Amino acid sequence: MGNGTPAGAAERKAPVVELIEITKRYPGVVANDGVTIAFRAGEVHCLLGENGAGKSTLMGILSGLVKPDAGRITIDGKNAAIDSPRAALEFGIGTVYQHSTLIPALTVLQNLMLGETRSLRLDTGGARRRLDELAALLGVEIDPDAYAGDLALGRQQQVEIIKALWRGSRVLILDEPTSMLTPQAFAELEKVLARLKERGLAIVFISHKLHEALSLGDRISVLRQGRLAGSLDGQALSSASAEELRAAIIRMMFGEEARAVEDVAELQEDLEVVEQEHLEIVEQEPSHEVDSETVLELDRASAQGVGAELGIDDVSFTLAAGEILGVAGVDGNGQRALAEAISGQRHLTDGQILLYGVPISRLSVSARQKLGLRYVTDDRLGEGTVASLSVALNLFLKRIGQPPFWRLGRIQRGAVGRRANELVREFDVRTPSVGSRVGTLSGGNIQKVVLARELAFQPKVVVFNKPTYGLDVRTTSAVRETIVRLAREGAAALLISTDLEELIEICDRIAVLSRGRLVGVVPNGPGAADEVGQLMVGELPAEAA
Amino acid sequence: MAQEAVGSQRRVASEPWRRGVGLGLRLVDVLIRSVLPVVLALVAGGILLEILGRNPRTFYSHIWLYGVQNGSWQDSAIRMAPLLLIAMGLTVIFRASIWNLGYNGQFALGAALVAGYGPSLVANVPLALALVTLFLMATAAGAAWTLVPAVLKARYGTNEIITTLMMSFIGVGLANILVKGSFQDPTIQTPQTRVIPLEDMLPSIPSTRIHVGLLVAFAAVLAVHYLLTRTAFGLRLQVLGANPGAARHVGIRLPRLIITAFLISGGLIGAAAAADILGLWGYVRADQFPAYGDAVIPFVFLARLNALAVVPFVAFYAVLSTGGDLATAEADLPIDFLLVLVGLILLFMTVIEYLGRRRELGGSYLTPGLSHALRSSLFWRKTAVE
Repeated sequence: MGNGTPAGAAERKAPVVELIEITKRYPGVVANDGVTIAFRAGEVHCLLGENGAGKSTLMGILSGLVKPDAGRITIDGKNAAIDSPRAALEFGIGTVYQHSTLIPALTVLQNLMLGETRSLRLDTGGARRRLDELAALLGVEIDPDAYAGDLALGRQQQVEIIKALWRGSRVLILDEPTSMLTPQAFAELEKVLARLKERGLAIVFISHKLHEALSLGDRISVLRQGRLAGSLDGQALSSASAEELRAAIIRMMFGEEARAVEDVAELQEDLEVVEQEHLEIVEQEPSHEVDSETVLELDRASAQGVGAELGIDDVSFTLAAGEILGVAGVDGNGQRALAEAISGQRHLTDGQILLYGVPISRLSVSARQKLGLRYVTDDRLGEGTVASLSVALNLFLKRIGQPPFWRLGRIQRGAVGRRANELVREFDVRTPSVGSRVGTLSGGNIQKVVLARELAFQPKVVVFNKPTYGLDVRTTSAVRETIVRLAREGAAALLISTDLEELIEICDRIAVLSRGRLVGVVPNGPGAADEVGQLMVGELPAEAA
Repeated sequence: MAQEAVGSQRRVASEPWRRGVGLGLRLVDVLIRSVLPVVLALVAGGILLEILGRNPRTFYSHIWLYGVQNGSWQDSAIRMAPLLLIAMGLTVIFRASIWNLGYNGQFALGAALVAGYGPSLVANVPLALALVTLFLMATAAGAAWTLVPAVLKARYGTNEIITTLMMSFIGVGLANILVKGSFQDPTIQTPQTRVIPLEDMLPSIPSTRIHVGLLVAFAAVLAVHYLLTRTAFGLRLQVLGANPGAARHVGIRLPRLIITAFLISGGLIGAAAAADILGLWGYVRADQFPAYGDAVIPFVFLARLNALAVVPFVAFYAVLSTGGDLATAEADLPIDFLLVLVGLILLFMTVIEYLGRRRELGGSYLTPGLSHALRSSLFWRKTAVE
């Protein structure tokens, strides 16, 4: 739909908002370095970039969350001081954040009225009318009295959009809005954005997914290492083929030198390079021999869910040495319960977990860790790392008190530092030093810290929970390679993922988790994707489990 | 000069708490965040004195006179002993973001037991053994009084602020019952324990009047500092304090850690009571337990939960309160005026902390309006261009 915009239509409009020479530094990184960018009415402007490229910082600046060190913002050509989120709202800049800001225990209407602090009396009637009005504008139906926590993620996002537009926004920022959405919800989001665009809103769509940018954007800008690496306007988007655009953008995102689309031959070359890189990874997988020794076995295991998340119910499977077993399913169907039950963070209510045939259900997290059972959590900031501690200490969080890094309870800083430096090198963690706080690293590097911690010291079984979620293309492929290498070296991997392509790419078998139950296990191969897809939506009868 | 200062603050702002930042810049940050609130509180206190019709300069010079000069620094040093021990007890557990606010009850029980059993114990047992026993008894009492909140927190996640506060009231009440009951000195009417003979109290450090309780307190400071910065236990506490989710994820045995932290905290506070009773008072009077903890808390935070950094702050408060006892009397002010000063410190600390937060996000210690006004004034004109 984005590609169909008549070229030049957007050019005629003056920008609603301009960011001029914005610079923002954080410890050890320049998040934005003299970025100048303009957003126009009636246009979806996609902002692409790797993790840590500075997208979120730039939008944080625009939405009043972050203060730039230098640079200015103009709105309708006039200088504007956006020094708080409230100020941003008053300038008509609404933001939908990556993670939900709705309060689950409040109704939709209450959530929307949270910002109403101007009068003591709550104007419920007015709010209802406003909600109807905005829902009609979006072309969606929303029950004002439903609890936010009960809504599906796609629906929650619509409420977030309404919340952003509540005070009459002219600019709508969507920060990685698709990371939690099902394909259907994505299609619906596309429609909503089209309608908003018609109404003349300027939409800023932040993503690191290329295909989304290509299908939605009227204009695409790429950020790389804090700088604007290049832009494609409507004309460029409509004149080049999808493949050419893809290659051009990848070049901007990762290339040695950012360039605009100029030379078609050059583009072709780029494309080949990218495809070859991709092929290398693909070629490595299921071809190798799977060891027949069973390492991990779940026997009718059940565990309770927390909050809106489902638990697991009567789950059985075996995992062999050298094998990668995928677990597919829509998010929230028991993935976390499964991972935490195996790692020991959650008690089993029924059933058994066996490691090399020995029951381990009663062992603590650290006992399982010592036995070589590792868990790469999907919540890298919430529980995977301690932001205020150094990279080195974060690498040893699961070995606190253990020799040779602690002796008689005393930390051996030399040993910790040396090993941390080795791990940082081995796993290619980009950090100023091992003494830097983890909180200052980018998402991809934080994930590498977590991986290094879990994969060091002879892992036997590793549970990966959405290990590439929210990572950029390059880190994603590095993580997948790591998993493949791990299996080749004889360890077993359980890969829980909501990304079917990822599972097809590297798994030997794929199990499907639906409503907390394992509804089937499919050997990877031709047609596996279809079969898994059908199991996910419940069209095939359960064969295993 | 002014521009220089602004520039250096900026650099600190962009790299807060980072290792390798120049010592000078860190010093500026420490001064602003820790010392400035104290200075501002003294200034505000001075204004308050002026309003009350007292001469602030006389008042503060009296504090200096009675708190430091003519050997009165020794009285201040004596006062530091229990304060430091309580501060250590709080520092340990605050590191884990657990708020043991039951210090008054823990202290009162320790004090009542020491004063209750002290006189008979020192009379019947070799002195050194008696004193050590009394110290251990108070430590055990303080630790024991944290057990209920500790277990509730460890097992059920009960909010420890409420449970420790409630246990504190019960503890003070129980201590009063003991003092008026079985520990009552039968020879007098006032509700107080018998008095430990002066020669049976803690010995003094040679050639001073300061009792060795202060040395115990300094030993505790060093031990706690080592515990927090070098040991596995300290790191576990820090992980729990910074990210409880991570503590669970990495397999720290939380119930054990929480209970241990509570016991150490309560134990140190109990030991503070022993040091105070055995070193200074020699007896306890019902309903007159000192609320040392309330005064110490702001300084524990000002020291950013750093055990060593607590020492100068506690020294400052010891001087303030020792000198303040006489200074308030001479100025005809209630002694509670000192608490007003402590409260002002807490207030300014909060304000500066708030501004500092903003500054970490790239702002400055000054509010936008104020900094703009300052920058556009003649003096700082050059920095106004951005």
